[in-house]
Amino acid sequence: MNGIHDMGGMHGFGRVPQDPEATEPVFHEVWEGRVYAITRALGPWRKWNIDTGRYFIEMLPPAEYLRMSYYEKWFTRMVTLLIKTGTVTREEVESGRAAAGSERLTPALTPEMVPAVALNRNIPSSYEPGIVPKFRAGERVRALNIQPLGHTRLPRYARGKMGVIDRDHGVHNFPDTNADGRGPKRQHVYAVRFSARELWGPEASAHDFVYLDLWDDYLERA
Amino acid sequence: MSVTGAESASGGEAQQADHQHQTVPSDISLRVKSLESLLVEKGLVDPAALDALVDTYEHKVGPRNGARVVARAWTDAAYKARLLADASTAIAEFGFLGVQGEHMVALENTPKIQNVVVCTLCSCYPWPVLGLPPAWYKSNAYRSRAVIDPRGVLQEFGLELAADVEVRVWDSTAELRYLVIPERPAGTEDLDEAALAALVTRNSMIGVENLASPKQVAK
Repeated sequence: MNGIHDMGGMHGFGRVPQDPEATEPVFHEVWEGRVYAITRALGPWRKWNIDTGRYFIEMLPPAEYLRMSYYEKWFTRMVTLLIKTGTVTREEVESGRAAAGSERLTPALTPEMVPAVALNRNIPSSYEPGIVPKFRAGERVRALNIQPLGHTRLPRYARGKMGVIDRDHGVHNFPDTNADGRGPKRQHVYAVRFSARELWGPEASAHDFVYLDLWDDYLERA
Repeated sequence: MSVTGAESASGGEAQQADHQHQTVPSDISLRVKSLESLLVEKGLVDPAALDALVDTYEHKVGPRNGARVVARAWTDAAYKARLLADASTAIAEFGFLGVQGEHMVALENTPKIQNVVVCTLCSCYPWPVLGLPPAWYKSNAYRSRAVIDPRGVLQEFGLELAADVEVRVWDSTAELRYLVIPERPAGTEDLDEAALAALVTRNSMIGVENLASPKQVAK
């Protein structure tokens, strides 16, 4: 969707606000840490996937998206999806208490599991020889000029633009279908190199380039 | 307990209308506490696991991890070659893979190439090697400007690049996560790997600053 979240190339947001690296806290408020942790602890229940999660932040009304802080968006997304998936009811959220007679579960994420989900040595495979890449490094491609109403990871600023395949990142889930229950539709993802002049016009530096990670279904031969 | 503004968190079509009635969320802290107690009561989350997660990202997972990878790359040419060829495998040697850092790519800065990492669509960031992102990385200003005005953004970080330096901005639109290997500063030939790691800043591993020689810093 052509949402407010798709910010690349927008004007008007001013200077980048910088806090000193040495003193900026990881969580600026205690509740931010709890929102982060609850979101992570709900993950192993697999009630929704990462693409659905991103989609439900993008669907916030634009004015709300801009007003809310980062973890406020996370909180709102979490409550919305907990209700939508039937994990909790709206009445339970409003009362803060479980409905009488409702099921008591055993938490999916235990404290003992935390170190291994934060840091580990598990290399996930993106190698699936059965799924053939449509493009090879060095090929010229054009990003499709499409305006999907649902979730997409093809930013507006790259649509219709020509680039060159820099490298093949292997096979990954396709977010556009994975976000709304149509399935992972696994396919190759590539780093695609676009010149700043192609993206932004002749005023841009000839020495600047932007790389985007794009799926087979976003690209055509150019 | 009645939670003011909780209706704003409703799903579906009602969401848009409800948001118009939302009060300024000074009570967000209470709403989060209320949700946590509900989820604990239902057995969906274990509060001790939440404590462990907060503690992990406040104290155990952060840019010191990435700094160790960078220092190893500076001192061990074979490691650097492995890191550039297959970053996930090379970073796995340290045990620094995990959620939001499964598919890693390392980018080497040189006197002629400056790599800069952004996520224009949300705030994707390599958690296992850099921890959770700083506020500036999540800001609308950085997300909007890094791709269209990278040199202007870098100037705000104090980095003035020569016109002929190639700027490569990496927009993290998929599940690949990027770690920039900054240039090793001059005058560090005598330092060991641990001392070198101490010089590596978070921002240099995002690509928005380059590292000064420790002698310059001392002045």
